[in-house]
Amino acid sequence: MIIGVLALQGGFALHLEKLHALNIETKRVVCEDDLKELHGLIIPGGESSTILRTAQSGLLQAIKEFAHSRPVWGVCAGCVLIASEVVNPEQMSLGLLDITVRRNAYGAQNESFIRRIDFGSPLGGDFECIFIRAPRITHVGKNETTVATDRDDPVMVENKLHMATTFHPELSDKLDFHRYFLRKIAM
Amino acid sequence: MNQEQRKLNVGLAQMLCGGVIMDVTNKDQAKIAEDAGACSVMALEKIPSDIRRDGGVARMSDPELVLEIKDAVSIPVMAKVRIGHFVEAQILQELGIDFIDESEVLTPADESNHIDKWKFRSPFVCGATDLGELLRRVAEGASMIRTKGEAGTGNIVEGIRHLRTITRELKLLTQIDDSELFAEAKRLKAPIDFVRNIAETGKLPVPNFAAGGVATPADAAMLMQLGAESVFVGSGIFRSSDPAKFARAIVEATTHFNDPSIILKVSRDLGVPMPSITMESLAEHQKMQHRGW
Repeated sequence: MIIGVLALQGGFALHLEKLHALNIETKRVVCEDDLKELHGLIIPGGESSTILRTAQSGLLQAIKEFAHSRPVWGVCAGCVLIASEVVNPEQMSLGLLDITVRRNAYGAQNESFIRRIDFGSPLGGDFECIFIRAPRITHVGKNETTVATDRDDPVMVENKLHMATTFHPELSDKLDFHRYFLRKIAM
Repeated sequence: MNQEQRKLNVGLAQMLCGGVIMDVTNKDQAKIAEDAGACSVMALEKIPSDIRRDGGVARMSDPELVLEIKDAVSIPVMAKVRIGHFVEAQILQELGIDFIDESEVLTPADESNHIDKWKFRSPFVCGATDLGELLRRVAEGASMIRTKGEAGTGNIVEGIRHLRTITRELKLLTQIDDSELFAEAKRLKAPIDFVRNIAETGKLPVPNFAAGGVATPADAAMLMQLGAESVFVGSGIFRSSDPAKFARAIVEATTHFNDPSIILKVSRDLGVPMPSITMESLAEHQKMQHRGW
């Protein structure tokens, strides 16, 4: 199994480390060709506007096609990129999950926070969640599942194939969320 | 800053990896930087080459200017304070800045003490010329380090020296015998716990970016190939003949730093880089990298 991590800008190195810790073969994805032979893709945190602007023409379309049959996990900026609608400001997105996302919804870095959140049975317990200049999921389509919320805000949403988290599991020392994503590939 | 806040602050530094942070002096420049794909902007009144030219005391920018730039973009905004000037830092924290740069580009306010950055919630980035200086700044609470290079010169030679020095000293720590770490910590003038941690992990405690003298896409890609995790560009963009084009080219070269075909493409027909200065023409007292300790 080979998992790709979009490596245009952001926290991609930490996801590669987590996947290596799980003995998974990885690939840094910077162009269309890199998607070949991958079984899943992680779009990491970073600046979504930067990632959009550094993606060469064709790469975003290729990710959309890739996502028809293979899982994609969007983390923070990645959550913004895979949403169906983005506000503050409005920007282009891939529409892999039917969610509306508001960028920088909690404010600047002084408003970043860490919270323990219960993920119930899917992940088996509560985890320390790190939110950095985080986006907020303001609407979840009826075909998507909200896995966990924090003070009424969905912080993890999924469907059969894809998932989005507004926090950063790669900044914690836990591997559970990466393991959870790998299960989508095995299915 | 407690340990939880430190995690958030180093986390933000991680999220800025693989990108370009551009100096901007007004909101129009900030928009040009964001549109070109900058992952953050540094708001300041004068870019380093102008500070160098004009002389006098260089201080923190007018908060009004910083706020105006902050309102104009959706990416994180940084701003500079003088080395040791903790009240300028208090002002920037109050204003809600995303990152504070305790910078040698401004005139130092304290000859012996850097800011005690643990007293702040906001993250700090500091310059370093070698591993010892890097670890002293981290011990004071910096969440990100950048090489100092020699700002405002358009000359990458000092930035390369600093980056190579840090990398060489880091590699040395992973090779020497455990019993030699104490002497090495003494030589580096760095806390032994940090030195030991690097020897064990082979990694720096915070992300290490590169800054100082970047003038071309090739400069940026060279720093990335040498292990920098992101690149700061000061005067290199808005003192070039075509800022939007240079900004875009430097971002592309940073993203695709290992792909010469893309670096070639973005380097063609680019226009004239910023005016440059050789190190030989600068007296020692004119070098900003000697500020800080």
